[in-house]
Amino acid sequence: MQGAAAMREIAVIAFAQTDHRRTTDELSEVEMLMPVLHGVLEQTGLKTADIDFTCSGSSDYLAGRAFSFTLALDGVGAWPPISESHVEMDGAWALYEAWTKLLTGDADTALVYSYGKSSPGSVRDVLTRQLDPYYVAPLWPDSVALAALQAQALIDAGDTDEPALAAVAARSRTDASANSHAQVRGSVPQGDYVVRPLRTGDCPPVGDGAAAVILAAGDRARELCERPAWIRGIDHRIEAHGLGVRELTDSPSTRLAAEKAGAFERPVDTAELHAPFTAQEVVLRKALRLGDDVRVNPSGGALAANPVMAAGLIRIGEAAARIHRGESDRALAHATSGPCLQQNLVAVLEGDPR
Amino acid sequence: MPEVLKAPLVLEFPFTRSLGPVQSAFLTGLRERVVLGVKTGDGRTLVPPVEYDPVTAEEIRDLVEVGTTGTVTTWAWNHEPRRGQPLDTPFAWVLVRLDGADTALLHALDAPGPDAVRTGMRVRVRWAEERTGAITDIACFEPYEGDGDGDEGRQPAAHSGEFEDMVTGIVAPARLDYVYSPGRAQTDYIRGLSDQRTVGERCPSCRKVYVPPRGACPTCGVATSEHVEVGPRGTVTTFCIVNIKARNLDIEVPYVYAHIALDGADLALHGRIGGIPYDQVRMGLRVEAVWSEGGRYPDHYRPTGEPDADYDVYKELL
Ligand SMILES: [Zn+2]
Repeated sequence: MQGAAAMREIAVIAFAQTDHRRTTDELSEVEMLMPVLHGVLEQTGLKTADIDFTCSGSSDYLAGRAFSFTLALDGVGAWPPISESHVEMDGAWALYEAWTKLLTGDADTALVYSYGKSSPGSVRDVLTRQLDPYYVAPLWPDSVALAALQAQALIDAGDTDEPALAAVAARSRTDASANSHAQVRGSVPQGDYVVRPLRTGDCPPVGDGAAAVILAAGDRARELCERPAWIRGIDHRIEAHGLGVRELTDSPSTRLAAEKAGAFERPVDTAELHAPFTAQEVVLRKALRLGDDVRVNPSGGALAANPVMAAGLIRIGEAAARIHRGESDRALAHATSGPCLQQNLVAVLEGDPR
Repeated sequence: MPEVLKAPLVLEFPFTRSLGPVQSAFLTGLRERVVLGVKTGDGRTLVPPVEYDPVTAEEIRDLVEVGTTGTVTTWAWNHEPRRGQPLDTPFAWVLVRLDGADTALLHALDAPGPDAVRTGMRVRVRWAEERTGAITDIACFEPYEGDGDGDEGRQPAAHSGEFEDMVTGIVAPARLDYVYSPGRAQTDYIRGLSDQRTVGERCPSCRKVYVPPRGACPTCGVATSEHVEVGPRGTVTTFCIVNIKARNLDIEVPYVYAHIALDGADLALHGRIGGIPYDQVRMGLRVEAVWSEGGRYPDHYRPTGEPDADYDVYKELL
């Protein structure tokens, strides 16, 4: 970011997520969400009335209802004079909005949350509704099919092969063994083709879940958190919506976002990448120039739990939590949205020197 | 915990979309078996065409005709076609760079199996028999061996983009199927209604009773769980007179729609008022629920005959 010296310091100071599960029939969205909202408030000792700004991310198409986020608002005590906003996107973009709000100085604390219940519908079909409505959506190409086109392009380019993709899947689920919130953990068979060349193991689980973080500025962050995860930079970029216009084996928008966020100024020790499909991790590692010395997705990543609309925010939360715990000093968090990594957000988080 | 309720929910919507000059030309062209692209400022030909340069965001309008044969740039084998997809037999999703184009178009390739598909293979358009001016006018692609009438090496040729009877809009039907579950709190509420009881939930913090309950107190942001039966009588807090008959609704107009604070509830719910001329409904009117035979919720509310409630009793519930 330009002029970083003049900017307010803003940190992620708390993170909570649900146990992500295949279905949560017994819970409405707000019922699913409330425990994580209370979780981040308890971590910081803040009450809802202490939060200066609230921003959420979700999608009506997952719920099958218009303005579905308004019902979830019940969970935050949406009572005047609450200052509140919503993005119809992953919560990582809600966090970006909250970060800009804190930068203005209008707020010192912000609550960011997002949630997705994929179980009521068919997420593969639901996600077709985000595609170009003239040329693409009428063909109903589902999310796995589009990811499979990207995977084949990578294989043709010699960037990966099926055994390498299987290894990404295995490493992710093995790492997820240590993550009690993850939906798919431990040894999982790579399975049959869903859309070739992608097998079951290359695809994210479909599930329900929610996440919340609290941001705070400057001294407020230091008061409320022992080791704040300072957001040193954050940026998001988008590529052409036409899949045939893009270079699917690369992610120039991720690289540009990372550059603007300052990711290349110094090495990171951890990267939480939002790569719902194995092949997308290959693309992101290349775009972000991550070496083998960087710990990638110690949480298991989106291959272990992919609550749509929350999985990107969870990447930021997981990266921040590692800084809170002292397991990382400088971490990169990435979130994506749209088919084949269309939109990408990169945040660089740092803990104070120890 | 008793099982939560579930019900199928089908969302269907025919989105009617207008086309700009470029998309109109492209889709009308497909109807006429002509594939158009658009030239960017740096001389590339985009197929399918867009109205703004994806790199510079400049408006672009220079239409060109490209070939109906092309080359697969990447593919994915779809052995289980899903509803709405171009073919109902196994097929390959393909990105095809048509001859003369610099970018690729997404569509389906009809091929006997994955072994018959590879990146770089030559394909050609198979036109739909009935064409209306939509991307589905291309039924799919099919393998093309190149018997001499292909367009390999073809240069894009300038095209006016004008056809007779231009297509200026499309209707894009969408259907999504869900199994909706209202969650624990609303399930409890709906189950109560099946016994003709109205059950709210009390907030453990502010003690307010919400009806219908949604599982959370919107003021305090905490879970509600204590069941409280409210009603069956209540007070009209405010109302409006409906003068326009809704389609498929068998209620004579004018009628009154009201906010009704059921006794014991701290939030008014809404319902229709019956059993009294519409112009005699008033704030403070005491009413009770009327259930129709087999009804799953109160059909309407009618006057109880009690004296009107004092304004002070319900002023917080307006
Ligand atoms: Zn309350």
